[in-house]
This record gives sequence, structure tokens and C-alpha cells, in this order.
Amino acid sequence: MNTPRSHSKTLFEKIFDRHVILTRESGDALLFIDRQLIHDLHYRSFEELQSAGRTIRYPDQLFATPDHSVPTTAKELTDIPQGEMRDAVAGLQGAAERIGFTHFDMTDPRHGIVHVIGPEQGITLPGLTLVCGDSHTSTHGALGCLSFGIGSTEIKHVLATQTLWQRRPRNMRITVDGTLSPGVAAKDIILAIIRHIGASGGTGYAIEYTGSAIQHLTIEGRMTISNMTIEAGARFGIIAPDDKTLAYVYGRPHAPTDEKWEEAVAYWRTLHSDETAVFDKEINIDAAAIEPTVTWGNSPQFCVGISDMIPDPVSETDPATRANMESALTYMDLLPGTPVNKIDIDRVFIGSCTNSRIEDLRQAADVFKGKSVAVPTLVVPGSGLVKSEAEREGLDRIFIDAGAEWREPGCSMCVAINGDVLLPGQRCASTSNRNFQGRQGKGSRTHLVSPAMAAAAAVTGHFTDCRELGK
Amino acid sequence: MQPFDKLSAIAVPIDIPNCDTDQIIPARFLRRAKDDPTYARFLLHDLRFQADGSETDFIFNQVFYNDAQILVCDINWGCGSSREAAVSALIANHIRAVIAPTFGDIHYSNCIKNGLLPVRLSAANCNHIRIQLHESPGASLTIDLEKQTVSGPDRKGYMFDIDPMDKIRLLHGLDDISMTLEHQAEIKAFERDYRKKNRWIF
Repeated sequence: MNTPRSHSKTLFEKIFDRHVILTRESGDALLFIDRQLIHDLHYRSFEELQSAGRTIRYPDQLFATPDHSVPTTAKELTDIPQGEMRDAVAGLQGAAERIGFTHFDMTDPRHGIVHVIGPEQGITLPGLTLVCGDSHTSTHGALGCLSFGIGSTEIKHVLATQTLWQRRPRNMRITVDGTLSPGVAAKDIILAIIRHIGASGGTGYAIEYTGSAIQHLTIEGRMTISNMTIEAGARFGIIAPDDKTLAYVYGRPHAPTDEKWEEAVAYWRTLHSDETAVFDKEINIDAAAIEPTVTWGNSPQFCVGISDMIPDPVSETDPATRANMESALTYMDLLPGTPVNKIDIDRVFIGSCTNSRIEDLRQAADVFKGKSVAVPTLVVPGSGLVKSEAEREGLDRIFIDAGAEWREPGCSMCVAINGDVLLPGQRCASTSNRNFQGRQGKGSRTHLVSPAMAAAAAVTGHFTDCRELGK
Repeated sequence: MQPFDKLSAIAVPIDIPNCDTDQIIPARFLRRAKDDPTYARFLLHDLRFQADGSETDFIFNQVFYNDAQILVCDINWGCGSSREAAVSALIANHIRAVIAPTFGDIHYSNCIKNGLLPVRLSAANCNHIRIQLHESPGASLTIDLEKQTVSGPDRKGYMFDIDPMDKIRLLHGLDDISMTLEHQAEIKAFERDYRKKNRWIF
């Protein structure tokens, strides 16, 4: 209990320190990386590494799946039209066959979005260091894993050495206490957090999420929180493993078993911030005050509750923020003072590494039950296993009966480079993570919402409080 | 990698706060090879080009900036996606340094790994420099990495901070893998011990 202050550590520091091979005077640490995930957009890494005369140090610790470039109507490689999408998917598969690392191809029932299948397969575990060439690698932090997104030079560095140079980030703790109102989801919590600290509020930090509202979330819900940490600027969004985490991990294909499980659990039980650990920044959020939330601008920080109106830039005192708001309103074709629930939409997308897990689909299906969609709606499960579980529960029938499309797993309209794309000017209620200009196709207008809110908008054709729809 | 020591070059002011890497290079170009002859066009593509491929009046297209090698930007430059193609697109346009109040963490690191200098100056100083660049389009800035200074059109010097190791990497154009492999022995010793203590991972 009376740990000396100098020896007390945050959860993040405990995992980080355990992986430090050496530290330079400058503070740079060479970290041992336990596992790497890789997807189709990085298929060129293997040739590039080879032409530099390097080899892959531990193919056993590398796990691959195509997600960005897979059309959600395709079941196998030959269903993908000839061209760069197929080249990327085939390129990754070819590298896996040549080098011999694990690859979940499109026909494998375990195939899906990297950030969905990592935890599903037990590749993601508490206490590991895990990297992937994708900023949403923060997702895996929900299991108490030190995970972070890297660039393609760093991918090759990890492939060649199983290590990475890292500088120690500062530590921030975000405590979310209180009880969420029914109908308010993990997505609404993380949007409220980003609104509070801003899109660069987490830059340079590792964030730890804690508090009763976080503890009450399922592992799926926690993944939604960790996933969008990068939208607040932080690469790391970690949550201490608890009994729920252990129950989630137990029995998964790549999780340890028997004696090794016991050894792992003994270590995992130490993975929490010490009581006297020092955080560079502390933020407190009241869960009870959070409403179902809708973004209105081109940064996730620009969001409001469903009962609010589009804010007026005139009331913003900082001139730079005011200009940013004005340009977002022009791009989004919105007027200040418009009630959010009066905004009509053209399309709905339910999916992405933020919200495509079984719990997300259940929440959307609850809203769709017995209703019909008013606008074209795409539902894309995060993995083959999520898809088959949803079908086992009959959720696919609910979506299809409501008039929505039920597709094959992949990133789909979150990054919109697989053929699923909005037309210029179209407005979409989307469960994805980025509302940047052109993110869902050139000229597209994205509003980020929870799965239940996306479903409610699909049914009415405009943003609608998901809590009132059933009444 | 090209070493970076001192650069005097034309600078373009880009007044876009939170300019994410989707703006710097839209996702639909991410599967293109870096030696694609049209790669330079992908930079800030949707801000620079109309649907028919003709140029917009976006500042980067203006004739004063044809030989620009520096960008001066607003807060949170390069936030969002980890795509290193954002740096490749800058390099394809001969941009060697970006000055901004804050950068997305992953983009900052991607810049360093490719020999592109990211310079952090205060929001007020960035704003001040951008105003000067707007007033005299095509004006140059000088960046001295050794001295860690930027001098503006007003000849005023601005000091910036950079991690000492990043500075060495850039000054010498060092490749990380070679640097790491100098520590082979330490890595191997660490691994032996780590595998023994963490049997559950392997």
C-alpha cells in the first residue's frame, strides 16, 4: 500500500518498462514488440524489406488479414475486380504463403477487420506490446494491451528486428464515473471525451480509462472507447484488465492454456496503476450527463447531444476555432441553430473497427426490429465470426427484413476504398470513427453516431433519439 | 535518406487547423506505388483538383509556390490515419520541412523516419509567419537544424525544440534498422531472458 512514490507506476509504465531492451541518454527506448498485425494496404512491405536485404525475424509473431481492400460483396479473391484492390489482397496472401506467417484469408471464417479479429483470436492479450500499421490499433488497449499504430517504415523495422524505438509518452487518466442512461453507448462516451479534451488534447499522451462507467462496459464497449483514442490525438488508450477481461480472453485460440494460463494470470493481476502513480493530466467525466451524440463537423471533437442544435460559430471566442467551425459548416452544408433531429440523411453505415462487433449489431437490431429503413443502409459485420454469430441469433433477418443490406466483413465505408462509397454531397449517419472531409468518398458528409443512433436515423431518415423511437 | 542540415526555401502558408492525413493524401491513393509518376498530384489532392482534374485556386497551386520546400501549417497537422503515404506525397513535391504548432504523433514520427523535418513553433509564431507569407507570396524561410532556428521574412529568429536523437537521425540521414542492429547482442540477451520469464506468450 505504501509504495514509495518514485517506484509507483501507471499501468502503461508497467507494461512499457517490461519491454525495454535498452534506453539511450536521449530517452529513446528500444522496445521489444510481442506481436504485429498487418493488413492488405501494407502488402508492399515484404518486397521492400527483401530488396533491402532483410528478413523477417519472427514470422510466428505476425498475423495478417485483408480488410481495407475487400469488397463487402466478395467472398473470395476471384470475386474482387482485377486491379489494385485485388493486387493488394493477393499481394498479402502471396507474402504469407512465401514467408509462412498466419493469414486469415477471405474464405477463412476467422477473417475480418484486424482490430476485430486480434482480440477474437486471442492474439491480443493483456500485458503484451502489439503494433499494426493502422492508427486504430489503440483498440487493443481495451484488454490491457500496450498497442499502438505505426507507419510503414516502423512496420519494416518490427518485421526485421521485432523491436521499435519509442519515446516515453506522458500519462493521462480519464475517469468516467456514474451510470449511463439507457440508450447511451460506449460510442457516446468516447465522443463526449473527445469533445471535452479536443482532437489534439491527447497528443503526446498515453491515456488510461478508468471509473465505474468504464468498468461496467463490456469488453466490446471498451474496445469502442480505446479505438477512438487516436481521434483525441493519443496513440495509446489502455484499460486495466479485470475479471471481465480474463473471462473474455480465456479459451481463445492464441491465448495461453493450463500452466501458462496461470502464469499469465499471475502477471495480469499486477496490471493496474499503483495508487500513488503520478499522472501528468487527470480528466473527469460524468457518465450520467452524456446523451446520445452526433458529430456535425469534420473533426470528431465537433459533436453535440441529440437534443441540441448545431452550434453557432459566432459564440466561439477563439478565432481559429471559429474559422474551423465555419469551414466545417460550409462543407457539411449545415446552418447554426438547426435542431440535430431535423437533419435529414441519405445513407446509413453500420460497421468499422469502432462498432462492428456482436454487441453493436445487437444494439442496432433492437432498433430495427419490426421497422423499415427510410434510406439505403449498409450493415457490415467486423469478422466472419461476428457474422455467423449474428446469423445464429437471427440478427441478419432483422436487418434484411428492415430493408438493410447485410454484407461480408471488412473496413467497408469507414475508409471507402473497397467500392463502398458515398456520392459527393451525400450525408451519412455512420458508426465509424472519422468524419473528415472526403473520408467516405470525395465530397461525402459523415456524422458519427452509435449503432442504435445509426439504426434510428435509418428508420426515420433523419437523426432521431434512439431512446424515443420505441415509444 | 537525405540528411537535413540547413534549408533556405520558399514556404507555403496552409491555414487549415486539424488538417488530417486524409486531406494530405486521400485513402484511394494508398495502394499506389511510391514510384508512380503521378504521385506528386496526390498531395492535398481534393483541395487542389476539381473532379475534372483541373486545378482549384488552393494556395499550393499558386505560381509563387512552384519551388516551395517548406509548409507552415496550423494546429494538429497530420492528425488521424497513420498512413506514411502522407509523408511520401510531401516528399514527392520536394517538401523538406513542415512547421506547425502541433502534429499528429504518428505523422510526426513518420516525418522523422523519412528525413522530413517537423518543426514545432508556438501557435502565435506560426500564425505570425503565415501572415507574413500571405503578405509577400513566395517569400523564403531559413531553417537551421544544427542551431534549431527558423528565420522568417522579418529576419526574426524563432528557436524550436527537437529530441536530440531525432536531430542526429535527420542531420545524418540515419536509417533506423541499421542503428538498431548495432544492438544485436543486447536484443538477443533480452529475448533469451524475456522468453524464459514469459513462457505464456510463446
